[in-house]
Amino acid sequence: MLWLLVAVPLLAGGALLLAGRRADRFAAPIGIMAAVIALGTSITVAARRPAVSASYLDGVSFGLNVDGLSAVMVITVSVVLVAVLVFAAGEPELNARFHGLMLVFAGAMLVTVTATTFVTLLMAWEVMGAASYALIGYWWRESRRASSGTVAFLTTRGADLGLYLAAGAALAGGAASLGLGDLASLPDGWRDVVAAGVVLAALGKSAQFPFSFWLSRAMDGPSPVSALLHSATMVAAGGYLLLRLQPLLGATPWAAAVVAWGGALTALLLGAVAVAQTDLKQLLAASTCAQVGFMVLAAGTAGVAAGTGQLVAHALTKSVLFLCAGAWLTALGAKTLPALRGVARRFPVVGISFTVAAVALAGVPPLSIWATKDHVLANAWHESTPLYLVGLAAAALSAAYAARAVALVWAREPNELPGQVTRWHQAALPPLAAGAALLGVLAVPTVWQRFAEIVSVQEGPSPSWWELLVSGVVALAVAGAVAVFVDKVPAPAALRGWLGLETAARTLVAKPLDATANALARFDDRVVDGGVRTSAALGAAFARVVDNRVEWTVDGLVRGLARMFRALGRLARRPQTGQLHHYYAQAVVALAVLAVLLLMLSNGR
Amino acid sequence: MLSIVVFLPLAVAAVLLAVPRLGDAVVRWTWVVASAVEVVLAVVLWVGYRDNTAGAGYGYGYEVNRRWIPSVSSGYHIGVDGISLPLIALTAVLFLACAVYSLRMTDRIRSFAVLFLFLETVCLGVFVSLDLILFFVFFDLSIVGMYFVIAGWGHRDRVRAALQFFLYTFLGSLALLLGFIGLYLAAEPNTFDMVALTEQNPLAGKGTVAALVLLAIFVGLAIKTPTVPFHTWLPPAHTEAPAAGSAILAGVLLKLGTYGFVRIAMPMLPDTWRDWAWAIIAVGVVSVLYGALVALAQQNFKRMIAYTSVNHMGYIVLAVGAAGLVSTSDEQAQSLASTGAVTQMVSHGLITGALFLLAGVLYERGGTYDLGSYGGLAASTPRFAGLTAVAAFASLGLPGFSGFIAEFQIFTGSLPGAPVATALSFLGILVTAALFLRAFQRLFLGPPTKTVAADLTATETVAIAPLMVLAVVLGLFPRFLLDLVEPAAHTLGTLVSR
Repeated sequence: MLWLLVAVPLLAGGALLLAGRRADRFAAPIGIMAAVIALGTSITVAARRPAVSASYLDGVSFGLNVDGLSAVMVITVSVVLVAVLVFAAGEPELNARFHGLMLVFAGAMLVTVTATTFVTLLMAWEVMGAASYALIGYWWRESRRASSGTVAFLTTRGADLGLYLAAGAALAGGAASLGLGDLASLPDGWRDVVAAGVVLAALGKSAQFPFSFWLSRAMDGPSPVSALLHSATMVAAGGYLLLRLQPLLGATPWAAAVVAWGGALTALLLGAVAVAQTDLKQLLAASTCAQVGFMVLAAGTAGVAAGTGQLVAHALTKSVLFLCAGAWLTALGAKTLPALRGVARRFPVVGISFTVAAVALAGVPPLSIWATKDHVLANAWHESTPLYLVGLAAAALSAAYAARAVALVWAREPNELPGQVTRWHQAALPPLAAGAALLGVLAVPTVWQRFAEIVSVQEGPSPSWWELLVSGVVALAVAGAVAVFVDKVPAPAALRGWLGLETAARTLVAKPLDATANALARFDDRVVDGGVRTSAALGAAFARVVDNRVEWTVDGLVRGLARMFRALGRLARRPQTGQLHHYYAQAVVALAVLAVLLLMLSNGR
Repeated sequence: MLSIVVFLPLAVAAVLLAVPRLGDAVVRWTWVVASAVEVVLAVVLWVGYRDNTAGAGYGYGYEVNRRWIPSVSSGYHIGVDGISLPLIALTAVLFLACAVYSLRMTDRIRSFAVLFLFLETVCLGVFVSLDLILFFVFFDLSIVGMYFVIAGWGHRDRVRAALQFFLYTFLGSLALLLGFIGLYLAAEPNTFDMVALTEQNPLAGKGTVAALVLLAIFVGLAIKTPTVPFHTWLPPAHTEAPAAGSAILAGVLLKLGTYGFVRIAMPMLPDTWRDWAWAIIAVGVVSVLYGALVALAQQNFKRMIAYTSVNHMGYIVLAVGAAGLVSTSDEQAQSLASTGAVTQMVSHGLITGALFLLAGVLYERGGTYDLGSYGGLAASTPRFAGLTAVAAFASLGLPGFSGFIAEFQIFTGSLPGAPVATALSFLGILVTAALFLRAFQRLFLGPPTKTVAADLTATETVAIAPLMVLAVVLGLFPRFLLDLVEPAAHTLGTLVSR
């Protein structure tokens, strides 16, 4: 059953990719069908909790397992996948290559969230990265989009090296089967290395500070890609990994602190970046970094249930928002906020879905993210007050950017907006938006208790009434203020440009690397190969000297002797013909002589 | 049986030479059929091989031991084990791919086919040899065969490149011979038999002499592999060689060097190997990083792939070095490292073989390997773009392909013994990712700049695609290979830990 869950999307996706253009006409139905099967299988495995394993490398198996956390994850992934593919059926330019890659992408995420060993995890993890490369650069005829895929892949792969490090360190520390469950009990030293590797990989994948820039470039992909990549896959994988390995973080206090503060700072900084964006998709992308920051913060403060709740709520919310942005982009060809003024009035189904999701994103009670984020903040409060305050400030920022987007799309606009939103587009949105809103039931203590029991063995602190009240009031107040003064929100250039992170990465990493590579290539040509050529030339010069001087002298002597000796002299010059096979024959003769010599040596003893 | 597998191509070559006035089509198809028969025979060998290394060690399958040059106690001793068998299969598969790829070739096809069949015998001969002189003869003849392939069918600067290739690698094999003689003289009684030498461990405890012998053998093999700083013959040889020649050169001939490490240097000089493991690891790491960085700076597609070979071979050297380091502490890590090294040999052969054939396709379409002369090719050649993308991702070690299985084992197995060196070599897979994505983008993506080029033909697809299919099968279901390699790697581990 579990093999089926991961095999259906991966095989269907692979088949679509192999078939190429021939499958374009059937791609959307096949994609949706595979996604629906995956959803059905997800629900079954979530109920049955199976585990499978196959012998793979020496002492290391390829294992999948569904526990409570994985059960929640597989259902979330499948639900979002179905919705996104239904939406994508409304975009005729997305062909078999697109649907195939989406299925592989989601299939890899399904393996990631059920993996039990490092080798399983790493395989799925990197395949997901490669699929994201191909999806972001989907419109490859435009150089910028293609290189956006490269930026995303290289950034995440750079961080992935952490997982290779962690795998090796786990083996060195004595976790012979490389099981993800054995890491917390490793000895000091190696455990620290494992934790460092895991943290690096997770922060890179989930686009946390300072890796956030690749997510900005990822906006060059089609909107359904963003809807999947930003919600239930890819960035979520980083958050998931930290939640899954929370025991490891718990056993390694410095790593937990790095994770907690990394998440909190990302939530704050990228929240500010989101407020300053003028492009709707860029605003949503920065908000993804910030919201995933809360999950990471939860993992660093032992709030596994809180982080998982945040992950699920954010997945539903953010997929709706990106799909709405995509619907408007298809209909109007516009994605900047000024060009989208009043668009919600023109397309009410999309507009209302967008608004519900955005209000949830703002953390307004009683919708989903209000409930989950407060659980995250409760864990932070339990840990340290500064952490809580940073988190609360970040929550206020999320209210600000969500309110700004909502206020703009509902602005009264005299202009007529042409264009159409297809039925496929509309079909996908309301159910997801309803889910995003209804998950607010998690605020009810008994519901939360049940949820926490499913995903986690240990229960974290719950928010007290005043925490819920404070965050609710803050969200409403900030949202209200921004909605009123929507055109006066400050947008410093540094924040608009994502804090200059991409430029920094280029100047600090890419350019020095290129310079080193070029210098080494010149070194290789001139010094290493030059040395070889010089010694060869020296050899040739030596040979010439021998030929001119020694041979000449010998020749002179020979000339004085009889004709027979002169003939011998000619014979001696003969082998130096400059022809390779002659040299080779000489070498073979030399070899034979050597063999005879050896023979005499061995007999002599 | 094994002798038939080895000498069948040579026999076919002799027939091709002897029969007068053969049509080109007959020659081509004879070549393809002979190569296909070799693949079948390799599969038969694989299926029929029973692992008898358990227990005492040194068990070889299909062993033949005849008198040859008894005066220096060198015999015609051949046999296979879990390390050589995968490489024999790889050799057969790659030669078949090259035969199919050359189906539409017209330039002196008969001599070309004869040379390749000769090379096939020679390469198989190296992998089955259990006698140092036999090994050396085959090892050396491979250089001769490849010299004529490059000099006869190469591009513009072929003669110079071929000469450099020949002299450089010939120098290497002379160093190797020196080392072999050292082993011979140290053995008691004197012998060139590899099994006997392995059993004897003749240079145990002979400090400087042993180190010098290892140095000679190491340099000889390192030139062939090649590792930094002995690699400079490789880029010109590859750039000038015809596509099929490059595929064999990278896919099979480089493996002769790395195979020598695991077959000769490690088991016959175990304690010296352990003593100098740190230096070997250093050579490996430098090759990994230097190869990757220099490849990143290349503007010539084929030269770039050639340098990635230096990088990929570096992982193998790192792994065999680390297997010497971790030997005393962790058996699993050691086994992972050695198994990874063998897997990498097979994997690199498949993937880089495919990449060089694809580079040949590129040259045929555009007349140059210069990356800057292309752009947006994917528009007119979707199949070519797709297959190149697959090969590029396979080469950068993406999971799902054989390269990942190899590199993951190497990394995980080497890290316990040499943490810093291994962590540094991780950067190699990042740099190769960067260079492949960049090259792919320059060739295939963006707006089309050149006139429409033709997509892959059926012949080209049939030649190249199966290599990638094998890489995927190995990448997803590696057990069938690892079941064969792991026992041999364990044996190697016990031998080097003596």
